[in-house]
Amino acid sequence: MRKTVFVLMLSTFTGIASAQPGGRLLATGGATNIEGAAGGGIVPWAVLSGYGTRDEWGGDVFATRVETGDYRLDSYGAALSLGNRVELSLARQRLDIDALAKAAALPERTLSQDVFGLKVRLFGDLIYDSLPQVSFGAQYKRQNNFQIPSLVGARRDADTDYYMAASRLFVGAAGGYNLLLNGTLRYSRANETGLLGFGGDRRDSRSLLKEGSAALLLSPQWVVGIEYREKPDNLSFAGESDWQDLFVGYFPSKRLGLVAGWADLGEIATLEDQQGLYLSLQLSY
Amino acid sequence: MRRFTFKDLSLSLLFLGLAGCMTSAPPANDSLYQDLGSQAGINRVVEGLLYRIADDPRIVHHFADTDIARLQEKLQEQLCVEAGGPCEYTGDSMKQVHAGFDINEADFNALVEDLIAAMDDEGIPVRVQNRLLQRLVPMRDDIIYR
Repeated sequence: MRKTVFVLMLSTFTGIASAQPGGRLLATGGATNIEGAAGGGIVPWAVLSGYGTRDEWGGDVFATRVETGDYRLDSYGAALSLGNRVELSLARQRLDIDALAKAAALPERTLSQDVFGLKVRLFGDLIYDSLPQVSFGAQYKRQNNFQIPSLVGARRDADTDYYMAASRLFVGAAGGYNLLLNGTLRYSRANETGLLGFGGDRRDSRSLLKEGSAALLLSPQWVVGIEYREKPDNLSFAGESDWQDLFVGYFPSKRLGLVAGWADLGEIATLEDQQGLYLSLQLSY
Repeated sequence: MRRFTFKDLSLSLLFLGLAGCMTSAPPANDSLYQDLGSQAGINRVVEGLLYRIADDPRIVHHFADTDIARLQEKLQEQLCVEAGGPCEYTGDSMKQVHAGFDINEADFNALVEDLIAAMDDEGIPVRVQNRLLQRLVPMRDDIIYR
């Protein structure tokens, strides 16, 4: 596995360092979801990372931070897309839980997981085809430290999310501006994306979860949008809230993407009203 | 900031709206033609586009044997028609003129980028640019991999 990771990172970096980014239009690789897939910030989209067309490879590396005061989530990773058909991705997430650890006298101050992602474009195209772009994805998630999740009732330390996503860019559709809509259906039992393990004392089977994003392209470089992500509620020790965010994205070139947002994450592991700044940087080709 | 619940808005919009809609019927009026600066404005965009193509190493080779004066004339007509202007397109079909060039997806997008840059140079607003690009989107299938 370590070798796979190394090859993926190396291929992506080699691509980014190469002379010419791929031939898809600016921003059509989206930003990077906190789980490593191309998408919005919290929702994976049907688009594939980077700018490769059917004849090219593409990919990105990314780093994201979400800071709510009580928690801080850091996520970073890489993705590689082959012929605008298959996306392989990898992300490491770390959640700092200092406030909670102090309050509940927990044995650890961080939660962490790795996410190995696969996405396959089934049919359609974001802009050009008569059908929207539709992709199937899977995210295999592995807890790096299962002690706290197991203490609060999580049943598994590794599991796979499955999702179907449909994305479409409607050219000039919103008063002349381009409008991107994405809908994703996820089948998952991950608690807080998996940072609190998988399945729980209240429910141990997967739930069908709706996720959506809408983004308005003010220009080819600037985009503003909203996202929503439904979450399961498998653990009885605390409620798990749906997530939502507002974001601004800036794509000065195909190489660089910057996203700043406001994330409303609700209740996380007994601490309520978690809101804060979302920042993400991505280098692509 | 409490609960900006766009859940209903976004989710229903998403799953309904994604069905997709393509336009190719002629524009109902000439407002786009006017917004592009009528024929004079369109001609400036076409000229800028041709200069950009000439400087674009990604696609200039496709135009090595092209009669540029004729291409310029046909592009002027075509953009005029697509914008709802009082013109007639007298060139060959998109399928015919691109056959055998093996134009790929990246080539097509390179030309779109050059066209956007040419429109930027003329100070054409993004919203007007998009209305023209929207007319060109359905043509791609007749152009690439022919």
